[in-house]
Amino acid sequence: MKKNKKKELSTFKKINRRDLIIGASSIGAFSLTPKKLLSEEANPENLPPNLPEWTQYLGDGVDVNPYGMPSEFEGHVIRRNVEWLTASAESSVNFTPLQDLEGIVTPNGLCFERHHGGVSVINPQDFRLMINGLVDREMIFTLDDLKRFPQTNKFYFLECAANGGMEWRGSQLNGCQYTFGMVHNVQYTGVKLSDLLLETGLKEKAKWVLAEGSDSSGMTRSIPIEKILDDCIIAWAMNGEALRPEQGYPARLVVPGWEGNMWVKWIRRLEFGDKPYMTREETSKYTDLLTSGKARMFTWVMDAKSVITSPSPEKPILAKGLHQLRGLAWSGRGKIKRVDVSIDGGKNWKTAQLHSPVLSKSLTRFTLPFEWNGEELLLQSRAIDETNYVQPTISELQKIRGVNSIYHNNSIATWLVSKNGKVDNVRLG
Amino acid sequence: MLGLVRCILGFSLIIFIANTATASDRKFNLGQIASSEEVAGWDIDVRPDGFGAPIGSGTAFSGEEIYAEVCAACHGDFGEGADRWPPLVGGEGSLASHDPEKTTTSYWPFASTIFDYIYRAMPYGEAQSLSYDETYEIVAYLLYMGDIIEEDFVLSDKNIGEIEMPNKDGFLLPDPRPDIMNTHGNPCMTNCQVSTNIIGKARDIDVTPEDE
Ligand code: HEC
Repeated sequence: MKKNKKKELSTFKKINRRDLIIGASSIGAFSLTPKKLLSEEANPENLPPNLPEWTQYLGDGVDVNPYGMPSEFEGHVIRRNVEWLTASAESSVNFTPLQDLEGIVTPNGLCFERHHGGVSVINPQDFRLMINGLVDREMIFTLDDLKRFPQTNKFYFLECAANGGMEWRGSQLNGCQYTFGMVHNVQYTGVKLSDLLLETGLKEKAKWVLAEGSDSSGMTRSIPIEKILDDCIIAWAMNGEALRPEQGYPARLVVPGWEGNMWVKWIRRLEFGDKPYMTREETSKYTDLLTSGKARMFTWVMDAKSVITSPSPEKPILAKGLHQLRGLAWSGRGKIKRVDVSIDGGKNWKTAQLHSPVLSKSLTRFTLPFEWNGEELLLQSRAIDETNYVQPTISELQKIRGVNSIYHNNSIATWLVSKNGKVDNVRLG
Repeated sequence: MLGLVRCILGFSLIIFIANTATASDRKFNLGQIASSEEVAGWDIDVRPDGFGAPIGSGTAFSGEEIYAEVCAACHGDFGEGADRWPPLVGGEGSLASHDPEKTTTSYWPFASTIFDYIYRAMPYGEAQSLSYDETYEIVAYLLYMGDIIEEDFVLSDKNIGEIEMPNKDGFLLPDPRPDIMNTHGNPCMTNCQVSTNIIGKARDIDVTPEDE
């Protein structure tokens, strides 16, 4: 008897999952009109006055999911990559589905990934952090050692300096996820380097730190000592649980507000020296080429930026009437002070509501209610941070930096809402 | 460079640590002292002035063969890049053009970086498998292909810090940002003079991946 019911239940689930996959792919391909999409998704047998199966029969018991996963109906909320961008998946990137997230916390499994030599698999017993160079004592710490130091818990965004890098010359990728998704925001637990370094001591001549990863790319970046002592962390946990393997398990460097490449994952070593090391990642990469042929170097801070996550190319408007425009803003220089939203391509602006907590160097959520009556809209958002820096337009950036910079495109994006509710990434000029 | 990062807290901590360092007491008594052998095994970085360069040497002449054997499959016989793998040489004079080609010889400011990176990360998927001599040989071969040294030049730990790369003056410091600060927190709110013509649509470029 019980078994039969279980069987019914699982077929019921299967049917719905199939429906969902159809629905999700339609959004990707934009093949269905919004109205059709809606009517395909609900099963009238589950609607009042009918009795849905989940109301009548038992669901799964407690042991079915020892580690809980999102609802199967959220299967479209995943990281996605752009295959043509890179030669190999081990040195590649995928993107956070910002358009499907609420609040400011990025769930661990959805934090975008960027590796240069694949994901290292490290038994925490085999983890060692070496500190050498211009210190009083060259030392080695186990993970357990690190966890015995005074602890810090902080929310920070991590953004890749190449986020939006494909958009310098024009609108290329038609999605919020692909154009803004190289950012995530989690709460880190770890030890402040200023505490850890009390144990090794620091020679007066120490001005730079080389942070080195233990992955097969041997990721390395030079970081000035002022930053290291100000707010950098060796973190072993994110959002309350151990770091995910793809985020550097068992420990990574956290460099608040600065470009993600510096947040070395699978960290194995910090070397203190009197000069920068000029690694491949801070010469060949992560330097910003100008039209003169000269390149800016050591451009570490992530300037203020914002994005409207809904409506967006993945989140068309499905009905006329009231909607809540939603978005995210962040700044590597501190707190977000204000976000303005325009529905007419930047001619007129309205200030959006910021939702607490508004934290320094963290994603900040904003919303703005709006009424849609089927007209064309040109949606933009503009962040202002506590230093009074205003998020620029792409033409303001291009005037100074040209179009070959790749990195640090923090310009305002434009979403065109068409009369049928579809949304497109467009360039104005 | 350092003047960039203005952080009073950071500076006061430096002084604090420098003072406690002279006292031999460790604050928390956690962790182990590293032996010199342990440090030597992991301390593989090489700095522009040659600091950290391991003892060894090699010429382009001897580097050609090993390059062909372990690197050329991905980076091309002449460093031009195979398929979508990155090119390693070429692109001289292209940096100010519409389509700059950034390679070790057209863009990288220091020879040390080439050694450091190849030794730590290449060949891709077999990191730190080259000997020091092999690495000097391969770096010499790349520099030779970029017309930076002669074929019989012996590159070594003694002179890697003295190689002059063509683009050594190609980098600007310090970071001038915020480089756009014209409205000081009070941008235009109404009837702003902006162009709202649509000049491009990502949909028309048609390179966005679609879900299956
Ligand atoms: C299986 C393919 C493969 C092989 C074999 C290989 N590489 Fe690479 N190489 C790559 C990839 C992929 C990258 C980019 C890695 C990244 O994204 O961080 C790269 C990057 C490089 C770079 C940096 C390029 C730049 O512009 O930043 C250098 C230099 C390099 N390789 C040298 C070598 C040398 C020398 C060898 C032989 C010892 C070698 N590679 C063997 C795939 C390969």
